[in-house]
This record gives sequence, structure tokens and C-alpha cells, in this order.
Amino acid sequence: MPILEVKNIETVYYDRLYVLKGVSLEINQGEIRVVLGPNGAGKTTLAKSISGLIKDQPRKGDIIFEGRSIARKEAEKISSMGLVLVPEDRGVFPELTVEENLKLSGWTKKDTWVFDLFPNLYQKLQEISNHLSGGEQQMLAIARAIIKKPKLLILDEPSLGLSPKLTNELFKTLKRLNEELKTTMLIVEQNARVSVEICHYGYVMENGKMVFEGKADDLKDNELIKELYLGGSVKKTEKGWKLYKTRRRW
Amino acid sequence: MIKKTVRMKTDYLDDYRLIADLPALVFFALVTVVFISIPFLFSELWLSVITHIALYSIAVLGQNLLIGYTGLISFGQAGFLAIGAYTFAHSVHILGFIPSIFISGLIASVFGVIVGFPSLRLKGPYLAIATLGFSVVVFQVLQNTPAISGGRMGLSVPSFGSKAEIFYLVLAFCYLFYIAGYKIVKSSIGKSFSAIRDSEVAAETLGINIVKMKLLSFAISSFYTGVAGALYAIYMKYLEPNMFFITESILMFSAIVIGGIGSVLGSILGSIFVIAVPQFFVGMKELVPIIFGIVIVLVVMFEPLGLYGRWIKIKLYFMNLPFR
Ligand SMILES: Nc1ncnc2c1ncn2[C@@H]1O[C@H](COP(=O)(O)OP(=O)(O)OP(=O)(O)O)[C@@H](O)[C@H]1O
Ligand SMILES: [Mg+2]
Repeated sequence: MPILEVKNIETVYYDRLYVLKGVSLEINQGEIRVVLGPNGAGKTTLAKSISGLIKDQPRKGDIIFEGRSIARKEAEKISSMGLVLVPEDRGVFPELTVEENLKLSGWTKKDTWVFDLFPNLYQKLQEISNHLSGGEQQMLAIARAIIKKPKLLILDEPSLGLSPKLTNELFKTLKRLNEELKTTMLIVEQNARVSVEICHYGYVMENGKMVFEGKADDLKDNELIKELYLGGSVKKTEKGWKLYKTRRRW
Repeated sequence: MIKKTVRMKTDYLDDYRLIADLPALVFFALVTVVFISIPFLFSELWLSVITHIALYSIAVLGQNLLIGYTGLISFGQAGFLAIGAYTFAHSVHILGFIPSIFISGLIASVFGVIVGFPSLRLKGPYLAIATLGFSVVVFQVLQNTPAISGGRMGLSVPSFGSKAEIFYLVLAFCYLFYIAGYKIVKSSIGKSFSAIRDSEVAAETLGINIVKMKLLSFAISSFYTGVAGALYAIYMKYLEPNMFFITESILMFSAIVIGGIGSVLGSILGSIFVIAVPQFFVGMKELVPIIFGIVIVLVVMFEPLGLYGRWIKIKLYFMNLPFR
């Protein structure tokens, strides 16, 4: 049985802005799944809808987490059930130190295992987190989330604003997190190259709908994804044009 | 590359210990001795100014917890001050001095929670206007209800004792509330307040109950302000609604900004500024608002952390003195 099941949800802003138009996905215990999609596809909206951060939304459909419906529940209840989101802007508390940030999610001196995964943070424990680099802030946000030992971790564009090198390192850490701590992860990303490498299964979202889903290998082999996200053959071959036209029709 | 060494705390109690080491303890003791000898060192006039500063700083600290730490900009201060003062003036006849002071705080914090409800929906300037409305309502009710405000004659408050006795009473409350303030700020509650101020979304994803915390922040801050109102009643020995006009809210807000937003020590510095400075301009009262205005503009432009930020810089300068 999947740990999270999102069933055909619809999220609407201000009663008229349809952003999610019937989105479904599921994720099993111990998996990494990724949702790919261009700017404005509704990825962040999806992540927020699942975590209860948009009031009274999703207005249709259901979200089942560990057998219980969490649709339209309060965010902090969902978080205490073990579904933790690392938001797109990271949400590091800039005026608190790294240690205080960690403590807010229940970190204690004994939890040294966090620093095996994020060694940088150990040296900067007393630093004001506003003074950390973007990459370190992302590490802090993720460390803070995993201290709660979440049953499901949702990451909204973890690669945002990171250099390719840092992005690679970050995704390696995420992979380790999945292998060593068996953390189940749903990653919402634009960067297909790195996320396809570590995920077991993926979805492609456009304009508020899932347009493709499949195993990691299917994603890698899929011509369309190669073309659009992996920077495959950019030449305007006949095949490419056909793909472009199919895409327009979605 | 120079590797920065970090002083790792060995014990979580460190965070809660107010006085971390021996030099600080000595300093703390010296300061206490100085405070206790104030009535012997200053004239009656200055003793009374210092008493005013001390009781005022309790209210400023309370509001700083709300405005500076939780980030909820509120102008309800005048209302809470009035509720505290009038509750005290009426209950002191029945309950006596010390219990009445706490009851005043309690009643004010009940109103604080009620006023806090809009904060669950409103933010920034909208919340500021809503809470300003609260102060206006309290003022109007006082002015139009002689049963509470004592009508045209005002309401007199029984005398607590000599000027020095009132000073010691206020000093004791100051110590109590400042120590409590430090503990709150250092505790997980205080950190949750700051977390809400910095990012509500992230605070929620960490499982912090925003509703509870915001209301708690209102309750604590209005408790402080209510107690300060009661002490103010003792200090003035007389109450009339005009003492709680909405300009009081603005004055207290200035104290927070000038002293340092989100700083415990800054609350004292700001109180010293807004209460003591007018004393130097008794002959030219019109100048005071202009000076406040200019100082606020200067602070916001050059020292956003207020007098407290300046103090830290001065301290760092002396700590590094031989080298800089
Ligand atoms: N709070 C909001 N109020 C109204 N409309 C919104 C809000 N948030 C997002 N939208 C709209 O919803 C659509 C999807 O936004 P969303 O942030 O979910 O996209 P995204 O896939 O995360 O994009 P990106 O990759 O740029 O982060 C956009 O058209 C946006 O304008
Ligand atoms: Mg997004």
C-alpha cells in the first residue's frame, strides 16, 4: 500500500484561478519520486496543497497519508503526522542561529547523526543562519526537516539557486539519506538531469496536469523528456517538430 | 585559511542560565547595588523620573515581545495600559496592592487574547490599524463611562507609600519581568515567536502551532503592559482617560524602535530615551515630538537595531581595543 496517495486533486486560487486540474500521484515506502515540470506548471502549488499550506484547498479530490485522509487539514497537524515539507524559499529563520533553527524541530546535542550527512553545519552551529551561503541554507532546511524523522519528506526545488556542482552534491546527500535512513522522498524539481539520476519513479507535470509518468529508466529514455528537460537533440529534426507539436496540444 | 573555532556549549542549561559566568555575576551584583542606592543618590524629581522609566520599560518589553519577536505590529498598547491601570484602581480596595497588580495583568491579557484573534488573519499595517481601533475604543469607553473612570474628577488611587517605597516596588517588578523576559526569549516559546516572524510557512511545516503561539504572544505582552498600567496607577496616584490617549501607543512604539526591535536590553534603553529626554526640554514641550521624529528617522536610516545595536558596537570596539 502506498504511503501517500493523491487522488485527482483540484486547487483553485481566489475561486477562479485553476492551478491543479485533477492531479494524481502516489509514492511507496522507501522510494524517491520526482515531479518534473516547467515554471508555472503548479509544482509548488501541488507541494503546498499536500502539506496543507493553502487554506481550504484542494477543493476537490482526496489525499491519503498512511491510510488517513489529510486533505484540508491544518499544516501543523500534517507535519506532526510525519509529512514534512522543505518549502521552495527554504524557510530558514534568518535571525536565529543554525543551532536554534535545528532546535526548533526538536534537535538535541545527541543527534550527531545529522552532521554525518551535513558536515558543514557542524562548524557553523553558532552562526546566524542569514550569514550562511545559499547551499548551506538549503542543507540547514533539509537537516531541520529530517530531524523530525519524517515518514515522507517533500522537497520543493532543492536545487534552486545552487551551482551545478553543489546541486550534484546535494542530490548525492539526498540519495544517501534515502539509502541510509530509508527516508521516503517526493522531490519537486525543474532540474531533470540530477533528479532522474536518483529517483525511482517520476512524473511530468504541465499546466496543472500530469502528462507523463514512468520509472526512472523510462524517463531517461523518453524522447520528449530528453528533448525538453535533458537538453537532448536540440536540432530541429522532423521527429523533434512532431514532439513539439504534441507538446503544444497538451 | 583561518578556521573559526566555535565555543560549543556543553549543556543545554547554558541557554537558560541567565548569568553565564563569574564576571557577569559580579557585574549583575554591582548593577543591583547601584539600583538599590538610587533613592539616596538622586533628587526627588529624578527619582520619580527613574521610577517612571522603570515601570514604562516593563510595558515596552512586553510590547517588544509582540512586535519585535513575533513580528505582529500592534498599537493596542494604550488600551492595555488603561485596562491595567483602571483594573488596579478598582480592585486595590478589595484585594490589596500586590494581588491587584497581578489581577490587572491577567485582565489585560484576557483582552490581549481577544484582540489577538484578528492577528490570525491580518498582517502588517492592517493589524496595526485594527489594534489602533482597540485603543480608540478603550479610550472612548473610559471617557463616556463615569462609573469606571470616575467622571470629571478622575479616579484617585490609594497611596502605596513614599517615593522611595514606590521605586523599590517598581524595581522589584522590573527585575521579575526582565528575568522572565530573558527566559521567554531564550526558551523554545521565544524561538517559536521569532520563527513565526521570519517565516510562517516554515514554522508551520515544523509543526509550530501558529494560532496558539500568536495568541500566547498577545497574552504575554498584554500581561506585561497591564502590570505596567497598574504600577503607573500607583505612581501617578490618580487616573484620567486622557493619560491613555492613542498617542501613548505611538510613544511606546517609538521606544521600541529607538531602543531596538527584538531586543530585551533595548527595551530599557528606549524607555530611558522617551521618558528622560522630555525632562530636558520642560521649557519647550513643543520641541519633543520633533526630536522624537528626527531621532526615529535617524535610527531607521543608520542604526536599524536601535540604541541596543549601537551598544553592541561600542562593546565590540572596547573588547578589541588594543588592535583597532
Ligand atoms: N498564492 C497564489 N495566488 C495566486 N496564484 C498563484 C499563487 N501561487 C501560485 N499561483 C499561480 O499558480 C500557477 C502555478 O504556480 P506554482 O508556483 O505552483 O508553479 P511552479 O510549478 O512551482 O513554478 P516554478 O517552477 O516557477 O516554481 C502560476 O501561474 C501562479 O501564477
Ligand atoms: Mg515552484
